[in-house]
Amino acid sequence: MKRGRVAYAGAIHTAYPDAHGVRLADGRICRETDVVWLPPVEVGTLFALGLNYAEHAKELSFGKQTQPLVFMKGPNALLGHRGVTRRPDGVVNMHYECELAVVIGRPAKGVAVADAMQHVAGFTIANDYTIRDYLENYYRPNFRTKNRDGATVLGPWFVDAQDVPEYDALELRTCVNGQETQRGNTRDMVTKVPELVAYLSSFMTLAPGDVILTGTPKGVVNVNVGDEITCEIGDLGRLVNTIGSDADFRRH
Amino acid sequence: MFMLADHQFQVEGDVLPRDTDAATMRALLATNPRFRAPVAGAVYGTLLNDRVTLESMGEALAQPPYNAPPKAPILYLRPRNTWSGHGSRIAVPDAEPGVAVGGSLGIVIGHPGVHVGVAEAMDIVAGYTTLGDLCIPHESVYRPAVPLRARDGFCVIGPALVAKRHLINPEAVRISITVNGQPTFVTTTAACIRGVAQLLADVTEFMTLLPGDIVTLGAPHGVPIAHAGDAVQVRIADWEPLAFSLHAEDAVAAQARS
Repeated sequence: MKRGRVAYAGAIHTAYPDAHGVRLADGRICRETDVVWLPPVEVGTLFALGLNYAEHAKELSFGKQTQPLVFMKGPNALLGHRGVTRRPDGVVNMHYECELAVVIGRPAKGVAVADAMQHVAGFTIANDYTIRDYLENYYRPNFRTKNRDGATVLGPWFVDAQDVPEYDALELRTCVNGQETQRGNTRDMVTKVPELVAYLSSFMTLAPGDVILTGTPKGVVNVNVGDEITCEIGDLGRLVNTIGSDADFRRH
Repeated sequence: MFMLADHQFQVEGDVLPRDTDAATMRALLATNPRFRAPVAGAVYGTLLNDRVTLESMGEALAQPPYNAPPKAPILYLRPRNTWSGHGSRIAVPDAEPGVAVGGSLGIVIGHPGVHVGVAEAMDIVAGYTTLGDLCIPHESVYRPAVPLRARDGFCVIGPALVAKRHLINPEAVRISITVNGQPTFVTTTAACIRGVAQLLADVTEFMTLLPGDIVTLGAPHGVPIAHAGDAVQVRIADWEPLAFSLHAEDAVAAQARS
Protein backbone atom coordinates (compact mmCIF):
# COMPACT_ATOMS: atom_id res chain seq x y z
CA MET A 1 0.00 0.00 0.00
CA LYS A 2 1.09 3.56 -0.72
CA ARG A 3 0.50 6.28 1.84
CA GLY A 4 1.70 9.82 2.39
CA ARG A 5 1.52 12.46 5.10
CA VAL A 6 -0.03 15.75 4.16
CA ALA A 7 -1.21 18.92 5.86
CA TYR A 8 -4.70 19.99 4.84
CA ALA A 9 -7.21 22.40 6.36
CA GLY A 10 -5.34 22.80 9.64
CA ALA A 11 -4.36 19.21 10.40
CA ILE A 12 -1.92 16.50 9.41
CA HIS A 13 -3.45 13.52 7.62
CA THR A 14 -2.49 10.18 6.20
CA ALA A 15 -3.22 10.35 2.46
CA TYR A 16 -3.70 7.65 -0.18
CA PRO A 17 -3.50 7.80 -3.97
CA ASP A 18 -6.81 8.58 -5.66
CA ALA A 19 -7.82 8.98 -9.29
CA HIS A 20 -8.72 12.62 -8.54
CA GLY A 21 -5.66 13.46 -6.42
CA VAL A 22 -5.34 12.15 -2.87
CA ARG A 23 -7.82 10.62 -0.46
CA LEU A 24 -7.38 11.56 3.18
CA ALA A 25 -7.89 8.95 5.90
CA ASP A 26 -11.15 10.70 6.85
CA GLY A 27 -12.48 10.21 3.30
CA ARG A 28 -12.03 13.70 1.87
CA ILE A 29 -10.60 13.80 -1.64
CA CYS A 30 -8.25 16.67 -2.47
CA ARG A 31 -6.26 17.77 -5.46
CA GLU A 32 -2.60 16.84 -5.13
CA THR A 33 -1.63 20.50 -5.26
CA ASP A 34 -4.12 21.57 -2.55
CA VAL A 35 -2.31 19.71 0.20
CA VAL A 36 1.11 20.39 1.70
CA TRP A 37 3.19 17.27 1.39
CA LEU A 38 5.31 16.25 4.37
CA PRO A 39 7.97 13.53 4.39
CA PRO A 40 5.84 10.34 4.25
CA VAL A 41 7.22 8.92 7.51
CA GLU A 42 8.31 10.54 10.75
CA VAL A 43 12.02 10.08 10.32
CA GLY A 44 14.23 8.90 13.19
CA THR A 45 17.91 8.68 12.36
CA LEU A 46 18.68 9.61 8.77
CA PHE A 47 21.59 7.86 7.07
CA ALA A 48 22.99 8.46 3.62
CA LEU A 49 25.43 6.51 1.49
CA GLY A 50 28.10 8.11 -0.62
CA LEU A 51 29.58 6.51 -3.74
CA ASN A 52 27.28 3.49 -3.65
CA TYR A 53 27.04 3.16 -7.44
CA ALA A 54 30.33 2.37 -9.17
CA GLU A 55 29.63 4.52 -12.25
CA HIS A 56 28.74 7.52 -10.04
CA ALA A 57 31.94 7.05 -8.00
CA LYS A 58 33.88 7.08 -11.28
CA GLU A 59 32.03 10.22 -12.34
CA LEU A 60 33.40 11.88 -9.18
CA SER A 61 36.87 10.31 -9.68
CA PHE A 62 36.66 7.89 -6.74
CA GLY A 63 37.56 4.21 -6.65
CA LYS A 64 35.61 1.49 -4.85
CA GLN A 65 35.12 2.03 -1.12
CA THR A 66 36.70 -0.51 1.20
CA GLN A 67 33.62 -0.19 3.41
CA PRO A 68 30.34 1.65 2.84
CA LEU A 69 30.73 5.44 3.05
CA VAL A 70 28.00 6.32 5.56
CA PHE A 71 27.12 9.75 6.81
CA MET A 72 24.21 11.16 8.79
CA LYS A 73 21.84 14.07 8.49
CA GLY A 74 19.79 16.13 10.91
CA PRO A 75 16.03 16.80 10.93
CA ASN A 76 16.56 20.28 9.45
CA ALA A 77 17.37 18.67 6.10
CA LEU A 78 13.95 17.04 5.59
CA LEU A 79 11.46 18.32 3.04
CA GLY A 80 8.27 16.97 1.48
CA HIS A 81 7.14 16.45 -2.10
CA ARG A 82 6.66 19.74 -3.99
CA GLY A 83 8.84 21.62 -1.51
CA VAL A 84 11.36 24.30 -2.42
CA THR A 85 15.09 23.81 -1.84
CA ARG A 86 17.25 26.93 -1.56
CA ARG A 87 20.20 27.49 -3.85
CA PRO A 88 22.43 30.16 -2.29
CA ASP A 89 23.44 32.99 -4.61
CA GLY A 90 26.83 32.51 -6.21
CA VAL A 91 27.23 28.75 -5.88
CA VAL A 92 28.48 26.98 -9.00
CA ASN A 93 27.59 23.32 -8.52
CA MET A 94 24.44 22.22 -6.73
CA HIS A 95 23.17 18.83 -7.84
CA TYR A 96 20.28 16.50 -7.07
CA GLU A 97 20.75 12.87 -6.08
CA CYS A 98 17.87 10.49 -6.78
CA GLU A 99 18.07 7.67 -4.22
CA LEU A 100 16.04 4.69 -3.04
CA ALA A 101 15.21 5.36 0.63
CA VAL A 102 14.82 2.38 2.95
CA VAL A 103 12.58 2.76 6.01
CA ILE A 104 13.33 0.55 9.01
CA GLY A 105 10.28 -1.08 10.64
CA ARG A 106 11.68 -3.26 13.42
CA PRO A 107 14.69 -2.76 15.72
CA ALA A 108 17.84 -4.25 14.21
CA LYS A 109 21.08 -5.09 16.02
CA GLY A 110 23.56 -7.58 14.67
CA VAL A 111 21.22 -8.92 11.98
CA ALA A 112 22.47 -11.25 9.27
CA VAL A 113 22.21 -10.23 5.61
CA ALA A 114 19.76 -13.09 5.06
CA ASP A 115 17.41 -11.73 7.76
CA ALA A 116 17.88 -8.03 7.11
CA MET A 117 14.78 -7.48 4.96
CA GLN A 118 12.57 -8.60 7.87
CA HIS A 119 13.56 -5.29 9.51
CA VAL A 120 12.62 -3.13 6.53
CA ALA A 121 9.11 -1.59 6.62
CA GLY A 122 9.22 -0.18 3.14
CA PHE A 123 10.60 2.35 0.71
CA THR A 124 10.26 5.89 -0.51
CA ILE A 125 12.08 8.17 -2.95
CA ALA A 126 14.74 10.65 -1.84
CA ASN A 127 16.30 13.56 -3.63
CA ASP A 128 19.36 14.41 -1.54
CA TYR A 129 20.95 17.65 -2.75
CA THR A 130 24.67 18.42 -2.58
CA ILE A 131 26.33 21.82 -2.92
CA ARG A 132 29.82 20.89 -4.01
CA ASP A 133 31.13 24.45 -3.58
CA TYR A 134 31.14 23.84 0.18
CA LEU A 135 33.00 20.51 0.17
CA GLU A 136 35.82 20.28 2.70
CA ASN A 137 37.92 17.19 3.30
CA TYR A 138 36.95 16.69 6.95
CA TYR A 139 34.26 14.12 7.71
CA ARG A 140 33.54 14.52 4.01
CA PRO A 141 30.86 14.98 2.81
CA ASN A 142 30.69 17.69 5.46
CA PHE A 143 27.46 19.10 6.88
CA ARG A 144 27.77 22.42 5.09
CA THR A 145 27.66 20.48 1.81
CA LYS A 146 24.99 17.91 2.68
CA ASN A 147 23.00 18.87 5.78
CA ARG A 148 21.36 22.02 4.54
CA ASP A 149 17.76 22.99 5.35
CA GLY A 150 15.29 21.33 3.01
CA ALA A 151 18.01 19.61 1.00
CA THR A 152 16.68 16.07 1.54
CA VAL A 153 13.34 15.70 -0.21
CA LEU A 154 11.37 12.54 0.66
CA GLY A 155 8.17 11.15 -0.81
CA PRO A 156 5.58 11.43 -2.04
CA TRP A 157 4.62 7.94 -0.85
CA PHE A 158 5.81 5.43 1.66
CA VAL A 159 5.37 2.01 0.02
CA ASP A 160 5.21 -1.23 2.05
CA ALA A 161 8.18 -3.55 1.50
CA GLN A 162 5.86 -6.44 0.55
CA ASP A 163 4.71 -4.37 -2.44
CA VAL A 164 8.29 -3.87 -3.67
CA PRO A 165 9.75 -7.38 -3.97
CA GLU A 166 11.93 -6.18 -6.86
CA TYR A 167 13.60 -3.46 -4.73
CA ASP A 168 16.99 -4.57 -6.06
CA ALA A 169 16.03 -4.08 -9.72
CA LEU A 170 14.25 -0.72 -9.83
CA GLU A 171 14.87 1.89 -12.48
CA LEU A 172 15.85 5.31 -11.14
CA ARG A 173 15.25 8.34 -13.31
CA THR A 174 15.68 12.08 -12.79
CA CYS A 175 14.37 14.82 -15.05
CA VAL A 176 15.22 18.51 -14.86
CA ASN A 177 12.39 20.58 -16.36
CA GLY A 178 11.12 17.46 -18.13
CA GLN A 179 14.49 16.58 -19.68
CA GLU A 180 15.97 13.26 -18.52
CA THR A 181 19.43 13.78 -16.94
CA GLN A 182 19.95 10.67 -14.83
CA ARG A 183 19.06 7.03 -15.28
CA GLY A 184 20.22 4.03 -13.30
CA ASN A 185 19.09 0.83 -11.68
CA THR A 186 19.19 -0.24 -8.03
CA ARG A 187 20.77 -3.54 -9.16
CA ASP A 188 24.02 -1.57 -9.62
CA MET A 189 24.40 -0.63 -5.95
CA VAL A 190 27.86 -1.46 -4.60
CA THR A 191 26.45 -2.40 -1.18
CA LYS A 192 22.89 -3.65 -1.53
CA VAL A 193 19.93 -2.93 0.74
CA PRO A 194 20.14 -6.05 2.97
CA GLU A 195 23.90 -5.67 3.25
CA LEU A 196 23.51 -2.01 4.27
CA VAL A 197 20.99 -2.88 6.99
CA ALA A 198 23.25 -5.67 8.25
CA TYR A 199 26.32 -3.42 8.11
CA LEU A 200 24.74 -0.56 10.10
CA SER A 201 23.25 -3.01 12.60
CA SER A 202 26.69 -4.56 13.11
CA PHE A 203 27.81 -1.54 15.16
CA MET A 204 24.56 0.18 16.25
CA THR A 205 20.89 -0.46 16.88
CA LEU A 206 18.53 0.63 14.13
CA ALA A 207 15.03 1.66 15.21
CA PRO A 208 11.64 1.93 13.49
CA GLY A 209 11.52 5.15 11.49
CA ASP A 210 15.23 5.21 10.73
CA VAL A 211 15.79 5.92 7.04
CA ILE A 212 18.73 4.90 4.87
CA LEU A 213 19.35 6.76 1.61
CA THR A 214 21.15 4.24 -0.54
CA GLY A 215 23.16 6.45 -2.88
CA THR A 216 22.69 7.83 -6.35
CA PRO A 217 23.69 6.49 -9.78
CA LYS A 218 25.64 8.31 -12.46
CA GLY A 219 24.19 11.44 -14.02
CA VAL A 220 24.23 14.31 -11.53
CA VAL A 221 24.16 17.78 -13.08
CA ASN A 222 23.98 21.30 -11.74
CA VAL A 223 20.51 22.75 -11.17
CA ASN A 224 19.47 26.39 -11.15
CA VAL A 225 16.88 28.61 -9.51
CA GLY A 226 13.44 27.87 -10.95
CA ASP A 227 14.29 24.36 -12.10
CA GLU A 228 11.78 21.61 -11.42
CA ILE A 229 13.44 18.30 -10.55
CA THR A 230 11.50 15.05 -10.77
CA CYS A 231 12.81 11.78 -9.36
CA GLU A 232 11.11 8.50 -10.21
CA ILE A 233 12.00 5.03 -8.93
CA GLY A 234 10.13 2.01 -10.30
CA ASP A 235 6.47 2.31 -9.36
CA LEU A 236 7.17 4.06 -6.05
CA GLY A 237 5.96 7.37 -7.39
CA ARG A 238 7.20 10.65 -8.73
CA LEU A 239 8.95 13.07 -6.36
CA VAL A 240 8.81 16.69 -7.54
CA ASN A 241 10.75 19.59 -6.09
CA THR A 242 11.81 23.06 -7.20
CA ILE A 243 14.88 25.21 -6.62
CA GLY A 244 14.43 28.59 -4.93
CA SER A 245 16.78 31.56 -4.65
CA ASP A 246 18.05 33.55 -1.70
CA ALA A 247 15.47 36.18 -2.65
CA ASP A 248 12.70 33.56 -2.35
CA PHE A 249 13.95 33.00 1.19
CA ARG A 250 14.34 36.78 1.71
CA ARG A 251 18.11 36.61 1.82
CA HIS A 252 20.03 39.09 -0.28
CA MET B 1 7.39 22.55 23.60
CA PHE B 2 10.85 23.16 24.98
CA MET B 3 11.57 25.38 27.97
CA LEU B 4 14.53 25.33 30.35
CA ALA B 5 14.07 27.17 33.65
CA ASP B 6 16.84 25.95 35.98
CA HIS B 7 18.12 22.35 36.06
CA GLN B 8 16.17 20.01 33.80
CA PHE B 9 16.62 16.26 34.17
CA GLN B 10 14.70 13.01 34.21
CA VAL B 11 15.23 10.41 36.92
CA GLU B 12 15.25 6.93 35.38
CA GLY B 13 11.81 5.47 35.96
CA ASP B 14 10.08 8.86 36.15
CA VAL B 15 7.44 9.53 33.51
CA LEU B 16 8.48 13.12 32.82
CA PRO B 17 11.52 15.37 33.25
CA ARG B 18 11.68 17.75 36.22
CA ASP B 19 13.02 21.28 36.29
CA THR B 20 14.32 22.22 39.76
CA ASP B 21 17.06 24.17 41.51
CA ALA B 22 20.50 22.62 41.91
CA ALA B 23 19.98 21.54 45.52
CA THR B 24 16.83 19.58 44.71
CA MET B 25 18.59 17.88 41.82
CA ARG B 26 21.59 17.03 44.05
CA ALA B 27 19.30 15.40 46.59
CA LEU B 28 17.68 13.29 43.87
CA LEU B 29 21.09 12.34 42.46
CA ALA B 30 22.12 11.09 45.89
CA THR B 31 19.30 8.55 45.97
CA ASN B 32 18.87 7.79 42.25
CA PRO B 33 21.86 6.27 40.52
CA ARG B 34 20.51 6.70 37.00
CA PHE B 35 19.13 9.65 35.06
CA ARG B 36 17.91 9.57 31.49
CA ALA B 37 19.68 11.54 28.75
CA PRO B 38 18.06 15.00 28.90
CA VAL B 39 17.59 15.36 25.15
CA ALA B 40 14.71 17.19 23.48
CA GLY B 41 16.05 17.61 19.94
CA ALA B 42 18.96 16.65 17.72
CA VAL B 43 22.51 16.38 19.09
CA TYR B 44 25.48 17.56 17.02
CA GLY B 45 29.15 17.15 17.83
CA THR B 46 31.75 19.63 16.60
CA LEU B 47 35.05 18.35 15.23
CA LEU B 48 38.44 20.13 15.21
CA ASN B 49 37.33 23.13 17.27
CA ASP B 50 40.47 22.94 19.39
CA ARG B 51 43.61 24.94 18.58
CA VAL B 52 45.95 22.33 20.04
CA THR B 53 44.34 19.55 17.99
CA LEU B 54 44.73 21.55 14.79
CA GLU B 55 48.34 22.48 15.64
CA SER B 56 49.10 18.82 16.32
CA MET B 57 47.95 17.95 12.79
CA GLY B 58 50.55 20.43 11.50
CA GLU B 59 51.63 19.92 7.90
CA ALA B 60 49.05 17.18 7.38
CA LEU B 61 46.33 19.84 7.08
CA ALA B 62 47.87 21.06 3.84
CA GLN B 63 48.43 17.59 2.39
CA PRO B 64 46.14 14.93 0.91
CA PRO B 65 43.52 13.93 1.73
CA TYR B 66 42.80 17.22 3.56
CA ASN B 67 44.62 19.66 1.23
CA ALA B 68 43.61 22.73 3.29
CA PRO B 69 42.77 23.56 6.91
CA PRO B 70 39.07 23.45 7.81
CA LYS B 71 37.10 26.63 7.11
CA ALA B 72 33.46 26.15 8.16
CA PRO B 73 32.55 24.19 11.32
CA ILE B 74 32.76 20.41 10.86
CA LEU B 75 29.82 18.70 12.57
CA TYR B 76 28.67 15.15 13.15
CA LEU B 77 25.25 13.93 14.25
CA ARG B 78 24.86 11.99 17.50
CA PRO B 79 21.88 9.78 16.61
CA ARG B 80 19.28 8.67 19.17
CA ASN B 81 20.76 5.20 19.72
CA THR B 82 23.87 6.87 21.15
CA TRP B 83 22.09 8.90 23.84
CA SER B 84 22.62 7.72 27.38
CA GLY B 85 22.31 9.41 30.73
CA HIS B 86 24.08 9.80 34.05
CA GLY B 87 24.83 6.42 35.63
CA SER B 88 24.73 4.49 32.35
CA ARG B 89 26.61 1.26 31.77
CA ILE B 90 28.02 1.48 28.27
CA ALA B 91 29.14 -1.46 26.18
CA VAL B 92 32.62 -1.24 24.71
CA PRO B 93 33.26 -3.40 21.66
CA ASP B 94 35.45 -6.29 22.72
CA ALA B 95 37.84 -6.01 19.82
CA GLU B 96 38.60 -2.29 20.25
CA PRO B 97 41.64 -0.86 22.05
CA GLY B 98 39.64 1.57 24.19
CA VAL B 99 37.33 4.53 23.97
CA ALA B 100 38.29 8.21 23.83
CA VAL B 101 36.28 10.18 26.41
CA GLY B 102 35.51 13.44 24.66
CA GLY B 103 34.33 15.57 27.56
CA SER B 104 32.58 18.56 26.07
CA LEU B 105 30.36 21.49 26.87
CA GLY B 106 26.98 21.12 25.17
CA ILE B 107 25.11 24.24 24.08
CA VAL B 108 21.34 23.85 24.45
CA ILE B 109 19.29 25.77 21.89
CA GLY B 110 16.17 27.62 23.09
CA HIS B 111 14.98 29.47 19.97
CA PRO B 112 15.22 28.65 16.26
CA GLY B 113 18.54 29.83 14.84
CA VAL B 114 18.71 30.67 11.14
CA HIS B 115 21.53 32.90 9.84
CA VAL B 116 22.14 34.23 13.35
CA GLY B 117 24.76 36.97 13.68
CA VAL B 118 27.51 36.69 16.29
CA ALA B 119 26.02 39.60 18.24
CA GLU B 120 22.61 37.87 18.53
CA ALA B 121 23.82 34.28 18.81
CA MET B 122 23.56 34.10 22.61
CA ASP B 123 19.87 34.97 22.32
CA ILE B 124 19.10 31.51 20.87
CA VAL B 125 20.88 29.73 23.75
CA ALA B 126 18.70 28.28 26.53
CA GLY B 127 21.52 26.73 28.53
CA TYR B 128 24.26 24.15 28.62
CA THR B 129 24.96 20.56 29.54
CA THR B 130 27.81 18.13 30.03
CA LEU B 131 28.66 15.49 27.43
CA GLY B 132 30.80 12.41 27.50
CA ASP B 133 31.18 12.24 23.73
CA LEU B 134 32.72 8.80 23.25
CA CYS B 135 34.39 7.39 20.17
CA ILE B 136 36.73 4.66 19.16
CA PRO B 137 39.97 6.62 18.57
CA HIS B 138 40.72 7.35 14.92
CA GLU B 139 43.54 9.32 13.29
CA SER B 140 41.97 10.02 9.94
CA VAL B 141 39.17 12.58 9.96
CA TYR B 142 38.71 12.47 6.18
CA ARG B 143 35.57 10.33 6.15
CA PRO B 144 32.66 10.55 8.62
CA ALA B 145 33.57 8.18 11.45
CA VAL B 146 30.04 6.78 11.78
CA PRO B 147 31.04 3.21 12.76
CA LEU B 148 33.44 4.63 15.37
CA ARG B 149 31.02 7.14 16.92
CA ALA B 150 27.45 5.95 16.37
CA ARG B 151 27.68 3.04 18.83
CA ASP B 152 24.79 2.49 21.25
CA GLY B 153 25.20 4.67 24.35
CA PHE B 154 28.30 6.51 23.10
CA CYS B 155 26.88 10.00 23.69
CA VAL B 156 26.46 10.37 27.45
CA ILE B 157 24.61 13.54 28.44
CA GLY B 158 23.64 15.17 31.71
CA PRO B 159 22.85 14.75 34.49
CA ALA B 160 20.89 17.89 33.61
CA LEU B 161 20.37 20.71 31.18
CA VAL B 162 21.48 23.83 33.05
CA ALA B 163 19.95 27.25 32.39
CA LYS B 164 22.17 29.79 30.66
CA ARG B 165 22.38 32.13 33.67
CA HIS B 166 24.36 29.49 35.58
CA LEU B 167 27.32 29.80 33.20
CA ILE B 168 28.46 33.36 32.66
CA ASN B 169 31.60 32.69 30.61
CA PRO B 170 31.36 29.50 28.54
CA GLU B 171 34.65 30.37 26.78
CA ALA B 172 36.73 29.93 29.93
CA VAL B 173 35.09 27.07 31.73
CA ARG B 174 36.93 24.16 33.32
CA ILE B 175 36.39 20.63 31.99
CA SER B 176 37.76 17.72 34.01
CA ILE B 177 37.68 14.06 33.04
CA THR B 178 38.49 11.31 35.51
CA VAL B 179 38.99 7.67 34.60
CA ASN B 180 39.27 5.54 37.74
CA GLY B 181 42.70 5.24 39.19
CA GLN B 182 44.26 7.74 36.81
CA PRO B 183 45.16 11.40 37.35
CA THR B 184 42.37 13.77 36.38
CA PHE B 185 42.59 15.34 32.92
CA VAL B 186 41.88 19.05 33.28
CA THR B 187 41.47 21.68 30.60
CA THR B 188 39.31 24.69 29.79
CA THR B 189 37.21 25.74 26.83
CA ALA B 190 39.67 28.60 26.21
CA ALA B 191 41.49 26.54 23.55
CA CYS B 192 38.38 26.51 21.34
CA ILE B 193 38.80 28.06 17.90
CA ARG B 194 35.19 29.18 17.84
CA GLY B 195 33.51 30.22 21.07
CA VAL B 196 29.80 29.66 21.61
CA ALA B 197 28.52 32.73 19.74
CA GLN B 198 30.89 32.32 16.79
CA LEU B 199 30.11 28.61 16.48
CA LEU B 200 26.35 29.19 16.46
CA ALA B 201 26.69 32.00 13.92
CA ASP B 202 28.81 29.85 11.59
CA VAL B 203 26.61 26.75 11.94
CA THR B 204 23.32 28.58 11.41
CA GLU B 205 24.78 30.07 8.24
CA PHE B 206 24.16 26.66 6.62
CA MET B 207 21.64 24.84 8.82
CA THR B 208 18.83 25.71 11.21
CA LEU B 209 19.17 24.85 14.87
CA LEU B 210 15.90 24.16 16.65
CA PRO B 211 14.74 24.49 20.27
CA GLY B 212 15.99 21.49 22.25
CA ASP B 213 18.92 20.81 19.91
CA ILE B 214 22.35 20.42 21.49
CA VAL B 215 25.62 21.41 19.80
CA THR B 216 28.93 20.59 21.47
CA LEU B 217 31.74 23.09 21.65
CA GLY B 218 33.95 20.10 20.80
CA ALA B 219 36.26 17.78 22.67
CA PRO B 220 39.59 19.16 23.91
CA HIS B 221 42.91 17.78 22.72
CA GLY B 222 44.37 14.70 24.35
CA VAL B 223 41.35 13.38 26.21
CA PRO B 224 41.81 10.15 28.21
CA ILE B 225 41.23 6.69 26.76
CA ALA B 226 39.03 4.46 28.91
CA HIS B 227 38.46 0.70 28.82
CA ALA B 228 35.91 -1.88 29.84
CA GLY B 229 35.72 -1.92 33.62
CA ASP B 230 36.46 1.79 34.03
CA ALA B 231 34.30 4.29 35.87
CA VAL B 232 34.37 7.71 34.23
CA GLN B 233 33.37 11.20 35.35
CA VAL B 234 33.13 14.33 33.24
CA ARG B 235 32.71 17.56 35.15
CA ILE B 236 32.15 21.06 33.83
CA ALA B 237 32.66 24.04 36.15
CA ASP B 238 31.34 23.12 39.61
CA TRP B 239 28.29 21.30 38.25
CA GLU B 240 27.32 17.83 39.35
CA PRO B 241 29.62 15.47 37.45
CA LEU B 242 28.33 13.22 34.69
CA ALA B 243 29.25 9.68 35.76
CA PHE B 244 29.10 6.46 33.73
CA SER B 245 30.92 3.17 33.42
CA LEU B 246 32.25 1.06 30.57
CA HIS B 247 31.77 -2.67 30.26
CA ALA B 248 32.71 -5.42 27.86
CA GLU B 249 30.02 -5.86 25.21
CA ASP B 250 29.35 -9.47 26.23
CA ALA B 251 28.80 -8.51 29.89
CA VAL B 252 26.27 -5.81 28.98
CA ALA B 253 24.46 -8.17 26.62
CA ALA B 254 24.31 -10.88 29.30
CA GLN B 255 22.84 -8.40 31.79
CA ALA B 256 20.25 -7.28 29.26
CA ARG B 257 19.19 -10.92 28.74
CA SER B 258 18.91 -11.73 32.46
